[in-house]
Amino acid sequence: MTLDVEALSVAYRTLRGDVRAVDGVSFSIADGEIMGLAGESGSGKSTLGNSLVYLEGRMKHTGGTVRLDGKELPIWDQRAMNAYRLREVSVIPQYAMSALNPTRKIGRMTADLLKSRGVGYDSVVEEFKRRIDLVGLPQNVLGMYPFELSGGMRQRVTMVISTLLNPSLLIADEVTSALDVSTQRAVGEMLMEFRDRRFVKTMIVITHDLSILAQIADTITVMYAGKLAEKAPASTVVDQPLHPYTQLLLASLPEVGLRYDQAALVGIPGRPPSLLRPPAGCRFRARCPFAFDKCAEEPPFVELKPGHQVACWKAAEDAAQEKAARQAVPAGRGGEPAGAGAERAPAADGHGDEQAAAVGARAVPGQ
Amino acid sequence: MSLGSEEEVAQQVAVSTAPQESVAEAGHGTAPVLGAGAAPVAGAPSGLGAPLFTGNRRWEFLYFALRNKKLVSGLAVELVFIVLAIFGPLIAPYDPNKLVGPPMHAPSGHYLLGTNYFGQDVFSQLFYGLRDSYLVGFLGALFAAVVGMAIGFAAGYRGGVLDEVLQVFTNIIVMIPSLVLLIVISAYLKSRGVFFEGVFIGVTTWPWVARAVRAQTFTLRERDFVDLAKLSGRRATSIIVKDIAPNMASYLFLVVILLFGSSILLAANFDFLGLGPTNSISLGTMMNQSMLWSALQLHVWWWFIPPGVVITLIVAALLVANVGLDEVFNPRLRET
Amino acid sequence: MLEVDKISKVYKTGTFGGELKPALREVSFGIDKGEVVSLIGQSGSGKSTLGKIILRLVGASSGTVRFEGADISKLDKAGLREYYRHVQGVFQDPFSSYNPLYKADRVFEMVRSVYFPHVRGPEWHAKVEAALESVSLNPADVLNKFPHQLSGGQQQRLLIARALLLDVRLLVADEIISMLDASTRVDVLNLLVELKRRGLGVLFITHDLSLGNYISDRSVILRYGAVVEMGETPKVFGNPQHPYTKSLLAAVPQLHKKWEPGELGAAVVPASYPGGNGNAADHGEPKRYSKSSLNPLRHPAPHGETPAATASASRPSLMELEGAPWQRARPRGRRTEAVLAANPAPPLVEVEDGHFVAANGQ
Repeated sequence: MTLDVEALSVAYRTLRGDVRAVDGVSFSIADGEIMGLAGESGSGKSTLGNSLVYLEGRMKHTGGTVRLDGKELPIWDQRAMNAYRLREVSVIPQYAMSALNPTRKIGRMTADLLKSRGVGYDSVVEEFKRRIDLVGLPQNVLGMYPFELSGGMRQRVTMVISTLLNPSLLIADEVTSALDVSTQRAVGEMLMEFRDRRFVKTMIVITHDLSILAQIADTITVMYAGKLAEKAPASTVVDQPLHPYTQLLLASLPEVGLRYDQAALVGIPGRPPSLLRPPAGCRFRARCPFAFDKCAEEPPFVELKPGHQVACWKAAEDAAQEKAARQAVPAGRGGEPAGAGAERAPAADGHGDEQAAAVGARAVPGQ
Repeated sequence: MSLGSEEEVAQQVAVSTAPQESVAEAGHGTAPVLGAGAAPVAGAPSGLGAPLFTGNRRWEFLYFALRNKKLVSGLAVELVFIVLAIFGPLIAPYDPNKLVGPPMHAPSGHYLLGTNYFGQDVFSQLFYGLRDSYLVGFLGALFAAVVGMAIGFAAGYRGGVLDEVLQVFTNIIVMIPSLVLLIVISAYLKSRGVFFEGVFIGVTTWPWVARAVRAQTFTLRERDFVDLAKLSGRRATSIIVKDIAPNMASYLFLVVILLFGSSILLAANFDFLGLGPTNSISLGTMMNQSMLWSALQLHVWWWFIPPGVVITLIVAALLVANVGLDEVFNPRLRET
Repeated sequence: MLEVDKISKVYKTGTFGGELKPALREVSFGIDKGEVVSLIGQSGSGKSTLGKIILRLVGASSGTVRFEGADISKLDKAGLREYYRHVQGVFQDPFSSYNPLYKADRVFEMVRSVYFPHVRGPEWHAKVEAALESVSLNPADVLNKFPHQLSGGQQQRLLIARALLLDVRLLVADEIISMLDASTRVDVLNLLVELKRRGLGVLFITHDLSLGNYISDRSVILRYGAVVEMGETPKVFGNPQHPYTKSLLAAVPQLHKKWEPGELGAAVVPASYPGGNGNAADHGEPKRYSKSSLNPLRHPAPHGETPAATASASRPSLMELEGAPWQRARPRGRRTEAVLAANPAPPLVEVEDGHFVAANGQ
């Protein structure tokens, strides 16, 4: 199942105008891919994920298309989407742990939910029980009330219910945020398990935690202020990020084993821009240490390296320079091109991964 | 979540009112915090050119208040009656107690609502009765509110033994049948006045206020800002008055309005049964007298229908306005 | 400076308040001047409860907390006020620490009326500005604003500034950055480091091991209310002895290293599932569930457990990590002492200098 999103825009209606939470976002996900959608609060990642399933209340679709396997998803039409929800697209909502009806037993609640989708409980109950077992919950959880379960258990129950009808697309919205570190790992591995067993074909995992994505995602998309900043395979994003925001974000993550006297972490000064009247040009400009004149114009989200899309003028220029330098050297030599700068990730020959890691992950250019 | 960029209302509502879920469940089902999680506010870079409002929370509240049909219509009706209660007696054509016309005369040009069995003008009586009913309602609500809130706050904030004791006390008061008590007391009093009735109603209806306030206080005292106040060395009364009560302000307001309405209704009930003030006219006493003097059988409809209609309208308008106010205070109930 | 001596806390839980739950079991450690101690635990470990006990917002069931030698539970009103001059707290949710109806600076006002009643306008203003500057906040940005006009990072730093207005020697920081964005977290974290350099002691309560490792001098690892490992941070993180600590460290997601397979993940999939991978780790493990939600076979009860049976529990399963032992071992009596006696804290053994581990892997 492939997902193609073209120039999607979703806004929130407020008294003061429309807040453009998602502004012209385009990307594609291949079948069987787990895409991590990373960003901080206010980036629009939750809005983007949720808009694919349910445009609630004040959200409105202001442009763009979403295609699932080539067929257009009518996300602006609540009623039409009903046919897709839970079957084709499903979501594990944020605060899923509180999403369970406290006055219903789990089994009964699931039966009600399935009935509303026109699916008989009896037809899926066997599979339901198998999956409950798969995630490590006891069978009697079906006869329990949500408050009798711990947070992690509720999270897992929600995961099972959301994927019961084998949706093609699953949106997991901050499913690991409120969990303990060990349950987090279990849930993360469970997500991968679901994909491996084809319970779910494609997944979008929304989180602010890049390290979890480094573990479970195939590709990572970084969002900033309603627009996509970078999209690449997970290891590439972590080791060789091209967008300054990603680089700074990675540099602010503490790793186990590092203490303050060994490696000082740095944050990103400033705050994301208002999405009510977004600034012209690159939205990260005000906080970017590399900003230059061209940044007054909005950078396009383009593929600068195979499988690696970035929306940044500086990255684009660097990539162009590198390409020119490589073309100056006859092909086949496979060595470092002459005059290669320290910042250019030598992706061509695969050497210097550690170098790239040091630059990408820990270096804080210009700070 | 960092409240970095100017995010929209829905997300802020979700994030910052999440801890108040339980408050909404307790008591009344209304969110007590006025506009918590309301729209993004000024403080953003200027030059936004926002259409109507500076984004001040009070303005938003007013904006929604004026648009809420229930609130506006309810308040309008109520206001009309209140004005009549205040100024009515000044414009009433006759003295309500004087015998001014032929008894049981149907409504006519001289007597807009006719006369009663004795020959008193019903129309004038209506105005005086309105005033009386409002007075009793006001007294009753005031008393019940003061006592109920004091007990509710004390029990809710302190908890523990004090709470248990106050709970027992509240339950005892609840169990006493107010009607029976009123009958017994009335047997001993030579005459009853408006003040007595008001206080009596207050004394018998404060328990539900206490319970509601206590429930809300229980939830509010768990909030971090209460902890912070304790860490700043503040005393309990100060915390209750300055931190907890203001956060329940909208809820308290609704409680008072409901009290007002129920006091009026209760007073009308008592008056109708003949337990009302002995020396003044209220809407209920009018109806009581009309029953006593067989208005129904004698088809003197203009004697009991007007007061009955007026009572119904007053109380209904209050309740409707209450529902509307609830919607204004609680963003999630709004239709938009 | 601060001494926590065998603190225990029992809560009433259950539908009708009939059950007793030991939230803390004989926790003991100390904090010296200018020292950052991390209290690391997952949810249900009791770490926040301990923070509140130290701040005297909650009373302990047994044990004492001593600040500079004095038992804090014996402080009268005046003594408590003095205590709060030296010990302050900042909590997890920055927004909820402010009363939303008032401006953010009210938190400063509250402190002034009690602790600086004689300080007048300009002098007070200067004090406030100095405090704001020491937390790297621009007074013009944050004064006279409502809480929702400030970002989470600003709110937290304002609260730290409030604590600095007093003569604070110990700051109890309860998950203060977990609700902040990654980019702002670091600023607050680095602020704590700087304050520590200036002599402030910090009790850094967190569930995030990497943060604990980054900032603290000593770490205390809490599990179900009891200390399982504690000591100097490099030793605890570099040479973890307790199986729980090891499993926690193994579960932390890292940017450049994938989770080791077979540690925790294998516990998820039972061989009983059709097509299940039947991991080697699962063989010989008892069937995961029984009639009740917490399989006694999976739990080492904290008392009366033979060493052989604990062997299989050395790799904690998901159920174990989420279900506390006493939910199986229902205490006979309802009294606090009975509950605590039934669930004693494991004794600590010093495995190397300044590094303590709970005995027998409990």
